[in-house]
Amino acid sequence: MHHLTIEAGRTERQYWRDVWRYRELFCFLAWRDLLVRYKQTVVGVAWSLIRPFLTMLVLTLVFGKFGKMPSGGVPYPILVFCGMLPWQFFSTALAESGSSLVTNSNLISKVYFPRLVVPASSVITSFVDFLISGLFLVAVMVWYQFTPPANITWLPFFVLLSFIASFGIGLWIAALMVKYRDFRFIVPFVVQFGLYLSPVGFLSSVVPDEWRLLYSLNPMVGVIDGFRWCILGGEHQLYLPGLACSILSIIALLATGILYFRKTERTFADII
Amino acid sequence: MNDSAITVQNLSKRYTIGRQTANGDGLRHAFDAMLRNPFAWLRERNRARRATREDFWALKDVSFEIKRGDAVAIIGRNGAGKSTLLKILSRITEPTEGRIDLHGRVASLLEVGTGFHQELTGRENIYLNGAILGMTHAEIRRKFDEIVAFSEIEKFLDTPVKRYSSGMYVRLAFAVAAHLEPEILIVDEVLAVGDANFQRKCLGKMEEVAHGGRTVLFVSHNMPAVQALCSQAIYLQAGSIRGAGDAEPIIGQYLAETGSAQGQFAAPLAIGTDLTLTALELSPNPVENGQPLEFAITFRAERATVLNELSVLIYSLQNTRVASLDLRSCGMPLEATAGQAILVRGEINSMLLVEGEYRVGLFVSGKSVLENFLDLTGFTVRARRNPTGYAPYPAIYRGVVELPFTADLQCRATLRSSATAQVAALVGDR
Repeated sequence: MHHLTIEAGRTERQYWRDVWRYRELFCFLAWRDLLVRYKQTVVGVAWSLIRPFLTMLVLTLVFGKFGKMPSGGVPYPILVFCGMLPWQFFSTALAESGSSLVTNSNLISKVYFPRLVVPASSVITSFVDFLISGLFLVAVMVWYQFTPPANITWLPFFVLLSFIASFGIGLWIAALMVKYRDFRFIVPFVVQFGLYLSPVGFLSSVVPDEWRLLYSLNPMVGVIDGFRWCILGGEHQLYLPGLACSILSIIALLATGILYFRKTERTFADII
Repeated sequence: MNDSAITVQNLSKRYTIGRQTANGDGLRHAFDAMLRNPFAWLRERNRARRATREDFWALKDVSFEIKRGDAVAIIGRNGAGKSTLLKILSRITEPTEGRIDLHGRVASLLEVGTGFHQELTGRENIYLNGAILGMTHAEIRRKFDEIVAFSEIEKFLDTPVKRYSSGMYVRLAFAVAAHLEPEILIVDEVLAVGDANFQRKCLGKMEEVAHGGRTVLFVSHNMPAVQALCSQAIYLQAGSIRGAGDAEPIIGQYLAETGSAQGQFAAPLAIGTDLTLTALELSPNPVENGQPLEFAITFRAERATVLNELSVLIYSLQNTRVASLDLRSCGMPLEATAGQAILVRGEINSMLLVEGEYRVGLFVSGKSVLENFLDLTGFTVRARRNPTGYAPYPAIYRGVVELPFTADLQCRATLRSSATAQVAALVGDR
């Protein structure tokens, strides 16, 4: 017979088993968000193509045409799109999972399940958008008749990295937003500035060498550089110390994110 | 293992509630101080905040045991800790102290339709809601037809629930919940919704569960439902157990102590964070049918607040709302500053209710509160002396109100023949 003990601060052992047990709920929540996402819109799922397309146009114009930034021998739109793809995934996942607990507050205060399931399923939802925009990248590459190098086999690794980075920060923001709704205003800023602080519209090699390692503390620097290395190859070499630095900061984000989330989770229902 | 389903030992739950301090300096001053020395300002603010924090024990040292297969009611006034207890049992929040052992799979139903999504269709919501309540995909698929049949919404299965009437919505939501098959079922006042017919159906389903050997924990203000469903009861008062045991005597104790007889409001009660109800009096009590009944309500404003709406709710013992005195027309909204008392005096001009016991609650809507507070007090109506000399029917045959009426009885030729005569006359005129 199923047996359960509830005691102050003793739920940890149970927790990870429950995360597994509630995997179906996790799928259902992701499925729900996907179903609902483009309801009552005219162009529907095309939004996940239009958004990156327009951003790509603007960034190509600003950095490529007006700013005359180096492109490393590839068409500038492809260069931008390789940065856009992980960045857009990161920023939507961040925003969605950050606000996921608050938008699901009716669930949090009325039923039990490991709360980790909620931000995790929002990341999945953004991931589907990411895959759709990925198809668009393929289309752009066909248009420019661009053949990717063998490095492309490493792409899943960098996708995984961007996944972990979004989830780590998403956990932090989700947990913080339960208590401090200020983050509702902070997140759009982070996303807006982050677009220019990360090497989305330009190459990270334009950053002076002495600053490059510090610059790589931004987790998205390693991810975007990795994407470019996989898809563009050629002159786009990986700056390994920087990559290591980004990976470390991503792992640190995830670990502290989980710890902080777990620590505050027990009071979510009381303060949400 | 023994045959207990739930064992609760020394359970306590503390909430920390922050009180706002009156800011005498004004916003500009505070802003000034913040700009001049932000760190000192932060330190000062944190200290002030800590000093005004207050502990509130929603549950204090609660212990009980529930045997497998028992149906147990948890009763008590608003704020007695019932909801907190259910939330801890269903693991939504953690206890501060104490220990609970649950033997069996738990499903809790604290609200009908939790997690329903407006944009999704009925079919989609059945799957989603089922998953949220802890059913597996296979389980939901197996019971899908049964759920649809129970909810009576076959035709609208593929319509988004935002287009449902509220009745359909509730029916669908309850149907999903009713098909949970846990060993321990925790239910909070969810039957207070839906039309009478559906309520009966829900109660029937609950009864089935309760008598099917599963353990049921049921929180309700609906005493007849409690009596029908539960063999045991736990009576909570101010976070502690006031009484526990066989349902009948405990319910009797509860009804007696919530002041049905004396019409005196016992303890001060927090109404939201801004108000405290200090008195609720009805006089005379008992009141004779046809006579006026005076009421007096007193609140204390803990801080500056606004009282937008206030209604006196009158319920029969069967939990039917028989009347509500909406006081909006009597000078609402009302603003009060900290420390002020809000006094409400009024009179029901003529007590029209049939003799019996009635319970009284309040609906309060203010800056920090929008809630019904039930079972605050009660009053007794006595039959009026009957000048006509015939014996009235027993109260249960006479409904709830004694409507004043006049009637005139006569004997005449039958209606039909006189009508025919009139028509004949009209035709004749033409």
